[in-house]
Amino acid sequence: MSNIIYLDNAATTRISPAAREAMEPYLDSLYGNASSLYSLGRESAKALLTSRRSIAEALNCDPREIYFTSGGSEANNWAIKGTARLMEKQGKRHIISSEFEHHAVLHVLQSLEKNGFEVTYLPVYEKGAVRVADLEKAIRPDSALVTIMHVNNEIGTIQPVSDIGAVCKERGILFHSDAVQALGNVPIDIQKLNADFLSLSGHKIHAVKGVGALYISKKIRFAPYIEGGAQESGLRAGTENIAGIAGFAKAAQEAADGVEEKNAKLLPLCDKLYRGIMKLEKVHLNGCYEQRVVNNLNFSFEGIEGESLLLMLDMAGICCSSGSACTSSSLDPSHVLLALGLPHEVAHGSLRISMSRYTTEAEIDRLLEVLPGVVGKLRAMSPLWENIMKNERK
Amino acid sequence: MLYSEKVMEHFAAPHNVGEIENADGIGEVGNEKCGDIMKMYLKINAGIIEDVKFKTFGCGAAIATSSIATEMIKGKSIEEALKLSNKAVVESLEGLPPAKIHCSVLAEQAVKTAIADYYRRQGVDPVPIVGVIQDHCDGQCTIDN
Repeated sequence: MSNIIYLDNAATTRISPAAREAMEPYLDSLYGNASSLYSLGRESAKALLTSRRSIAEALNCDPREIYFTSGGSEANNWAIKGTARLMEKQGKRHIISSEFEHHAVLHVLQSLEKNGFEVTYLPVYEKGAVRVADLEKAIRPDSALVTIMHVNNEIGTIQPVSDIGAVCKERGILFHSDAVQALGNVPIDIQKLNADFLSLSGHKIHAVKGVGALYISKKIRFAPYIEGGAQESGLRAGTENIAGIAGFAKAAQEAADGVEEKNAKLLPLCDKLYRGIMKLEKVHLNGCYEQRVVNNLNFSFEGIEGESLLLMLDMAGICCSSGSACTSSSLDPSHVLLALGLPHEVAHGSLRISMSRYTTEAEIDRLLEVLPGVVGKLRAMSPLWENIMKNERK
Repeated sequence: MLYSEKVMEHFAAPHNVGEIENADGIGEVGNEKCGDIMKMYLKINAGIIEDVKFKTFGCGAAIATSSIATEMIKGKSIEEALKLSNKAVVESLEGLPPAKIHCSVLAEQAVKTAIADYYRRQGVDPVPIVGVIQDHCDGQCTIDN
């Protein structure tokens, strides 16, 4: 698979050599349980401690505020359900979120709605960003939580999280942000964000799958999320994934330290990609170009369907992603693209290209070389394209 | 979700793509909201489907089912073509993922709709012959296969 051009880094990433190296001792000779008292166990406990410290350092928080999880979805579930449980005791059953959160947030909110909570979903408009003025209007006396993602996973637009955090702080509402797509792409300083909870994932930043973290501000007193042993300050039981955590900590450090260098490298590639693709006719960038992470671009190609586009790119050795319904088990296109106000047929024809620090200019050139032919081939067999062109001639 | 080799073969090099000028029957099914539209063109001579072409907007399965359905009816009589079932399309493709079965239904309906159009052009009521073609895709995306 060495000739694969991997442009789906918002889905997952390859492991960095340093992260892999950091894991190795714990996969091999240092297999002790971090709760055991003998030296082998203590080695694991030490790794846990240093990993927690380096993640806290990367985010600018206290190590005791970092709780390891199985990934971003668990972190989102924990933050929202934990807050709901805590706040409903005070009679607060209102949550504010956005229309285009990840399913690991949306589905949790939908299940809370079935259990007596009310949720206000802020619009994200054509540009793909919530407006702080809308948030201010949505706040009620019984608002318990604001949960708004830092960077959207499908279209890469950045949300005004610092401003949101400031409003929440002023109004005394807890603030959670799913920062899974932000770490490594934008600088994160928890103190400046005023966030009470922040979700992170390892495999989006060149660590392994199955590890992530939730930052929980020390002012919050949560009940245990998983009951059992005393791991993670008694809040999340279960023997820790030491190797995964050690790799995640290394990867987080690399991600946080490397934001500037990565963005400086990817900015010209992003620009080249954007200019190259916009040369094709009837193509749109989803979300605005300015307020976005530079590693993620999402386009809609009129007259074609996203899954066919992906399959044809795959045949040319290029991996990308689509918000098309056909890539999932439902027939509805992506809720993110619909939230931008795209018509169904245009949302069906989307392509997400997401780069990593390993992406090269040659790979972008190859995509730009292959894409026009693939788009042309699919449009030539599309009755929808035929109609679009007919209307054009009128 | 995994496509069979046969699906990928038909997707990569679909048979009978295009339009027929002065076609004797044209059938279009599906809608853009659901993300699949199939348009089928027939050339019919003395009750035999002499030529068939298609254009499809849709996923890999939609293109593959269109391609194989045209192969399955080409050179056949109208009677035989009307017997084409979505099940036969799925079997010829060595299976489809559950979420994609609706594409095979669309292929069957595209053939029937084009034949109905042929009869209509001949001044013959197609309903007694072809039957009522239910609009499979209602645009609500609620079908469950």
